[in-house]
Amino acid sequence: MKTKTIIEQTMKTTFFLCGMLTIVITFGIAVYMVISGIPAIREIGLSDFLFGQVWNPTGAEPQFGILPFILTSVYATLGAIAIGVPIGLATAIFLAKVAPPKVAAAVNTAVELLAGIPSVVYGFVGMIVLVPLVMNVFNLRNGATLFSAILVLSIMILPGIINVSRTALAAVPREYEEASYALGATKVETICKVSVPAAKSGIAAGIVLGIGRAVGETMAVILVAGNVANMPELFGSVRSLTMAIAGEMSYATGFHRNVLFSIGLVLFVFILLINLTLNLILKRGGAKR
Amino acid sequence: MNIIRTKDLSLFYGSFQALRDINLNIPEREITALIGPSGCGKSTFLRTLNRMNDLIPGVKITGQITCHGEDIYAHGTDPIALRKQVGMVFQKPNPFPMSIFDNIAYGPKLHESLSKPDMADLVERSLRGAALWDEVKDRLKKSALSLSGGQQQRLCIARALSVSPDVLLMDEPTSALDPASTMKIEELMGRLKQNYTVVIVTHNMQQAARISDRTAFFLTGDLVETGRTDEVFSMPRDKRTEDYITGRFG
Repeated sequence: MKTKTIIEQTMKTTFFLCGMLTIVITFGIAVYMVISGIPAIREIGLSDFLFGQVWNPTGAEPQFGILPFILTSVYATLGAIAIGVPIGLATAIFLAKVAPPKVAAAVNTAVELLAGIPSVVYGFVGMIVLVPLVMNVFNLRNGATLFSAILVLSIMILPGIINVSRTALAAVPREYEEASYALGATKVETICKVSVPAAKSGIAAGIVLGIGRAVGETMAVILVAGNVANMPELFGSVRSLTMAIAGEMSYATGFHRNVLFSIGLVLFVFILLINLTLNLILKRGGAKR
Repeated sequence: MNIIRTKDLSLFYGSFQALRDINLNIPEREITALIGPSGCGKSTFLRTLNRMNDLIPGVKITGQITCHGEDIYAHGTDPIALRKQVGMVFQKPNPFPMSIFDNIAYGPKLHESLSKPDMADLVERSLRGAALWDEVKDRLKKSALSLSGGQQQRLCIARALSVSPDVLLMDEPTSALDPASTMKIEELMGRLKQNYTVVIVTHNMQQAARISDRTAFFLTGDLVETGRTDEVFSMPRDKRTEDYITGRFG
């Protein structure tokens, strides 16, 4: 009897400590980012830092404007969402509502594989296949562009969007759809006017997840986006927030290095806002039911 | 005048036969109650009348059903047009997660484009038809899910009325409701039969006796007995019917 209570207590404590561990780590990273990111921002000035258009950390008169990176991250994400969401949503609808079970299983396996491919492989394939293709099709001198990054990202965010949206669509009560059919709606009408609206909070969650993935992606875009600190153009080489950190950390020293931490802080705030949005969406969706 | 007739109607789920040679006539502007124990095929039968079983894979139907004299399973018959004509109310109130107004407007919007005032008019008529207008007229923009269960079910009836059907199929419409709400729906059904043909599946024999004009008793896929409700309940011809309605099984 007594040993049982001891085991019970030990296990409870272990679970508790493991639960706390994630909080401590997250909180620790947050504090570390703020502490190491703030000083450089102070020195440069927040608006010069965020809205400066020139990034020249190693010049005689170094400049640390990260607007090109911010805009690149934003444009690349928006582009990826614009392409990935329609395709992802349509695939989710196909899987949840249209496909015969066998076909759905096959597509599902493919989606899972897509999710499991390491991002460096996406980047590698993008570099070997996509970049030359973009160069030839659009007659550019260099195919490593924002456009290539958008294409690669839009594929990378597909699995997340598909899985979350499909789950949401599959959870739409059958009664809603039956009511629609019973009123003389066709299948497409029922999907568009009943199923998708009823699943909209789940679909929105999938989209926000995709945004998070696209903003945070580093390895794949480094290989296809050209990595040049220009103000972004669709067919120009660009550098995103994540690329700036990953690409320069290896050689940056002194103040330059501190600025990279500040970029990390900006990225951290981005991701934080995205996750807050996600939580808000999920909570509101949950409250409705 | 019979609006729906079935002739030797059989239905199979894969190799399982759920309905066996059903011959039943459903007269216009009367309430026909389908009774019988769980799994007897009464709900399945109801769902053949607006081809809702089409949505289930592996269902095979033989025999004939005519509505207004037309074979509803004939080649070229449009199930969409049929379902507009033969409306349905389900066991569990299932309003869409939209506003009260949009719930009613959903069906009409599928089939025609109405001007705003015409649509408002149609929504009001449908809600009045289901005796719900006075309770919701001040909150049409509110979510339908904010209504009580009984109100939701009347909303579903109003929604079915919105596409002007001739026939209303009701699949145990009060089984999820409290007695007071049930009574309201039963009163409503009495009024609905002045304009509509109602076919109701019910587990509740008192309900069948109270509201229906005709009763059909199903047992394990067979139609055992059908006739005027007072006759079926007071002097059933079949021993099995008698056993069921006197509560000896079920």
